[in-house]
Amino acid sequence: MTMVDEPTGTQAPEKEVGKARRRKEDARLITGKTTWTDNMSLPGMLHIAVVRSPVAHARISNVDVSAAKAAPGVIEVYTGRDFAEEQGSLPCAWPVTPDMVNPGHPSIAVDSVNHVGEAVALIVARSKVAAQDAVELVDIDYDVLPPVLRMEEAVKDGADLVHDELSSNTSYHFVFDAGDAGLGGNTDQAFADAEVVVSRRFVNQRLIPAFMEPRSCVVSPQGDNYTMWSSTQIPHILRVMLAMVTGVPEHKLRIIAPDVGGGFGGKLQVNPEEVLALLVARRLGKPVKWTETRSESLMTAHHGRDQIQFIDIAADREGNVKGLKVRLLADMGAYLRLITPGVPALGAFMFPAIYKFPAYHFECDGVFTNKVPTDAYRGAGRPEATFAVERIMDELAVELGMDPLELRRKNWIQAQEFPFTTIAGLEYDSGDYEQATQQALQLIGYDELRAEQRQRRESGDPVQLGIGFSTFTEMCGLAPSRVLGSLAFGAGGWEHASIRMLPTGKVEVVTGSTPHGQGHETAWSQLVADELGVPFEDVEVLHGDTSISSRGLDTYGSRSLVVGGTAVVKAAEKVVAKARKIAAHLLEASEDDLEFTGGKFSVRGTPGTGLGIQEIALAIFAAHNYPEGIEPSIDADATFDPVNFSFPHGTHICAMEVDTETGMVKIRKYASVDDIGKIVNPLIVEGQIHGGLAQGIAQALYEEAVYDDDGNLTTGTFVDYLVPAASDLPHFDTGNTVHEAPGNPIGAKGVGEAGCIASTPAVVNAALDAVRHLGVTDIQMPLTPERVWRAIHQGGDGGERATAGTIAWGGASTETTTGVSTDASSLGGDR
Amino acid sequence: MIPAAFAYARPTTIDEALQAVADGGEDVKIMAGGQSLIPVMRLRLAAPETVVDLTRVAEMRGVREEGDAIVIGAMTTHSDVLSDPLIAQWAPLIADATETVADRQVRHRGTFGGALAHADPAGDLPAVALALDAEFVIAGLNGRRTVGAAEFFVDYLTTALEEGELLVEIRVPKLQGTWGMHYEKFNRVAQAWSIVAVAAAVRREGGVIAEARIGLTNMGPVPLRASGVEAALAGAEATAEAIAAAADRAAEGTSPSSDLNAQADYRQHLVTVLTRRAVTAAAGL
Ligand SMILES: Cc1cc2nc3c(=O)[nH]c(=O)nc-3n(C[C@H](O)[C@H](O)[C@H](O)COP(=O)(O)OP(=O)(O)OC[C@H]3O[C@@H](n4cnc5c(N)ncnc54)[C@H](O)[C@@H]3O)c2cc1C
Repeated sequence: MTMVDEPTGTQAPEKEVGKARRRKEDARLITGKTTWTDNMSLPGMLHIAVVRSPVAHARISNVDVSAAKAAPGVIEVYTGRDFAEEQGSLPCAWPVTPDMVNPGHPSIAVDSVNHVGEAVALIVARSKVAAQDAVELVDIDYDVLPPVLRMEEAVKDGADLVHDELSSNTSYHFVFDAGDAGLGGNTDQAFADAEVVVSRRFVNQRLIPAFMEPRSCVVSPQGDNYTMWSSTQIPHILRVMLAMVTGVPEHKLRIIAPDVGGGFGGKLQVNPEEVLALLVARRLGKPVKWTETRSESLMTAHHGRDQIQFIDIAADREGNVKGLKVRLLADMGAYLRLITPGVPALGAFMFPAIYKFPAYHFECDGVFTNKVPTDAYRGAGRPEATFAVERIMDELAVELGMDPLELRRKNWIQAQEFPFTTIAGLEYDSGDYEQATQQALQLIGYDELRAEQRQRRESGDPVQLGIGFSTFTEMCGLAPSRVLGSLAFGAGGWEHASIRMLPTGKVEVVTGSTPHGQGHETAWSQLVADELGVPFEDVEVLHGDTSISSRGLDTYGSRSLVVGGTAVVKAAEKVVAKARKIAAHLLEASEDDLEFTGGKFSVRGTPGTGLGIQEIALAIFAAHNYPEGIEPSIDADATFDPVNFSFPHGTHICAMEVDTETGMVKIRKYASVDDIGKIVNPLIVEGQIHGGLAQGIAQALYEEAVYDDDGNLTTGTFVDYLVPAASDLPHFDTGNTVHEAPGNPIGAKGVGEAGCIASTPAVVNAALDAVRHLGVTDIQMPLTPERVWRAIHQGGDGGERATAGTIAWGGASTETTTGVSTDASSLGGDR
Repeated sequence: MIPAAFAYARPTTIDEALQAVADGGEDVKIMAGGQSLIPVMRLRLAAPETVVDLTRVAEMRGVREEGDAIVIGAMTTHSDVLSDPLIAQWAPLIADATETVADRQVRHRGTFGGALAHADPAGDLPAVALALDAEFVIAGLNGRRTVGAAEFFVDYLTTALEEGELLVEIRVPKLQGTWGMHYEKFNRVAQAWSIVAVAAAVRREGGVIAEARIGLTNMGPVPLRASGVEAALAGAEATAEAIAAAADRAAEGTSPSSDLNAQADYRQHLVTVLTRRAVTAAAGL
């Protein structure tokens, strides 16, 4: 036995913030001992299967559901006609220009279909199996129209139209001109005067969020009330939007996001199937469930990225940048979903990156095509911008014959210049680009790698080595509500939290920022443990149920800790303030004489006195003895609306081996140093960086949503949509610098997207650096071995890929479209 | 991802299995490890009336020695192949290739015979069987027959197996003399099928390559022998230059497809590089 000393009270209690706590939610998430939406089973619950369009663009000439209706176990079959009057349009909350064209987005097609996988009929059956079996029995006739698939064709005069009631395929034309905004000089003049101009066209390919848990929802009607469980990132926003779309009053709707298995922005959506499940439950008065299959998910959940980027940079011969011009074609897909138009437009503010451009002009066209809509995907707008600017900085360096890092250094914002207002009007908060860069160079062993590169070049080694940089920043902590208002965004950016002190001293923290894998429960517990001086284990974090967490704006844009965590801290401060009054009363002291440390109030200068906040919780529960004129509660809530974004930054360096004989690329080393402000939990930070790197590297090397000439998604399974596993990724050397964010009391900047935003250009720049001397100037992403080989041996950027799936069952068809397949949907692209 | 309904039989002997196939109706599918069949059924690209599951047919599992050949039961799983001493001794090329197949989970269920009967051009084992001149023992209700590897692979996903027949075992001749073997696989992520791969077995006599057998994966609808390369290598010096010159002929007579991973001309280039590497490794250079 050991003797345990009484805590002396003079020693400061160990801080929770900064501890590499293992995540308290992981045991249940990893072992599945929790409720995922698809685990739910309600008495009498019916199952929905969706019949989906096998063609990209067609008029629906006839729908025959009689055979499906007669199938065993089938309760009802609905078509678009059945819901035409009540389905409304799926919401688009971000009209980026006043004259943006929104054709409306039916949840289920009525007269025409505009992408493969669009819902055309619903089967409602007693079992999931019965519903699936009946899918093939629905007989639909399509009058096929030419599909519009390529943006550069789609914007031409006389192009085929996605929506023939519209006059063009352009949804909007968004312009930001720094000169007009009074933030910079005249861009045209800057280019006219420049000694050097470099222009490029980059393709930022279409990606699929590919979250682990497929989308799922369950709706249970009770009288005129409806409860929906959904695998969503945004239960609060979903509630408001469903009320607006379906007319079910908001107070009659309760949305619950139970544990959610990932989203990456892919579940930042009001899904057609969520609307439809609610409508079916209302029609039938019965609980219903819809869960997608993996192939349905890849085909119909919104995609991300998909831009053609025209970027021009102007500079003098010494490498001082003089201007930046950007023109984007951004693929909206067939319809506008929740923030479809806003994702590329948000990029307007990120293209100037960390550099001091004196002139800047940005234009973006949102373009309709017959593909599934695009929307938020990890980084949303920022990876696209970061990619283009970090690529063009390398191209400029080559043009000038300068070291790429030297060029960056010459133009980036200096540490002493913070806070710095950029040419795009953002006020960058804090950081030190040089410090992060120096640390990253050390981590990767830069000098040895450059020596090896030289050696391989000289010996003509078939395997060449390249080194690529990305010195990035991004904007997190979405968002100051007033700024969102000025950008015509349909909501605010505040976040809400409440803290409930239970009689036994345990603490319930309610957060409006709904997690879907990030580790909120752990991080929030660490924050509250420090603020209230209670044990980490005594804190329970509640979330995701609009009846429990009544106010919130959910999780995306690396906002949770910065905005949601701050709301928690503010609520905790209020709890302490309320408890202080009661402590003063019980200790018969003046409030001013009390100090609060380690969870205890004590009278200054009177050792031995003291009352713990957990004891106060019990005292105020009993409420036998408390001051006059206050309520018997120390619970509190807080809403935090940030005044600025936060701006993480960092330097990522990739060393890449390129096998010039085969075109195979292999990351040799990867180092990243990220400044994300204060680190609440280093383990969570490391995890977020690793996952982000995996996704950013995946864009550079592996992932691409490919459509064939008929508009079929041929990367329709994980055989052909290549999500890398740990076995395909290198070891990551990660580090941090810390410049706290001044905009929130935690000092955190946000880490959820950093790895994903920063890594893509570092990887591509590294590959190009390896083969530049062989005459290669660009390679399209993803850098498939074939593209790399072609770029080396045939010139150009590697060109388009063939679109056929690679194995027997890869490709265009799935169980939800096979039953109604047509010639245009036959398997396999151009096989 | 729910297959259409089907009847299910799980026989325990080859005879019972043949009977179950005969009795199964119009559209019967034999299931070995199910690693290729089940995905196709789950996507409803196949909807058989009856599935005959061979996992309980003990006599189709395992590897034995039979005179101048080793005999591999069709139902021997990939993971059993990997730990089998006879294969390690007489046909390490099979183990070499099997190691590159998919992941641990798939290798625990998927079978040697299933992979060959499936005859996916991107599958790794057909080219190996071809390079080793394996023989396929096929059973039907009317008895057994044996076909050589060159006749077994007929077309894209099509073999010499007739309706109602089972592949029961594969005979791999023991190679005489000192052979080096290597399987060179090219794919983008660790657990994927081959974009192109080359199976090489090389017999050296001192500084000379006496004999070489080269099988090509995914260079056409069926696995191919690189006979031009084999001819060029026979009697050639075991040097980098000689091997490279021979490997240049690897694309002769191939007709690869174009898909997401590679277009035909690139595959025809790749195969020369991979052949050079496979032969170099097999020759111990
Ligand atoms: C994720 C994943 C990755 C993979 N990666 C690779 C890879 O890298 N390389 C590779 O080569 N393969 C790969 N495969 C396929 C794997 O090797 C399978 O095991 C193999 O293709 C089929 O074997 P099986 O035993 O599962 O056959 P099954 O799927 O059961 O059957 C396949 C076909 O063969 C027929 N059949 C099976 N056995 C017999 C028999 N005895 N007689 C007659 N007909 C028969 C069946 O009717 C069916 O048509 C992968 C599979 C998966 C799921």
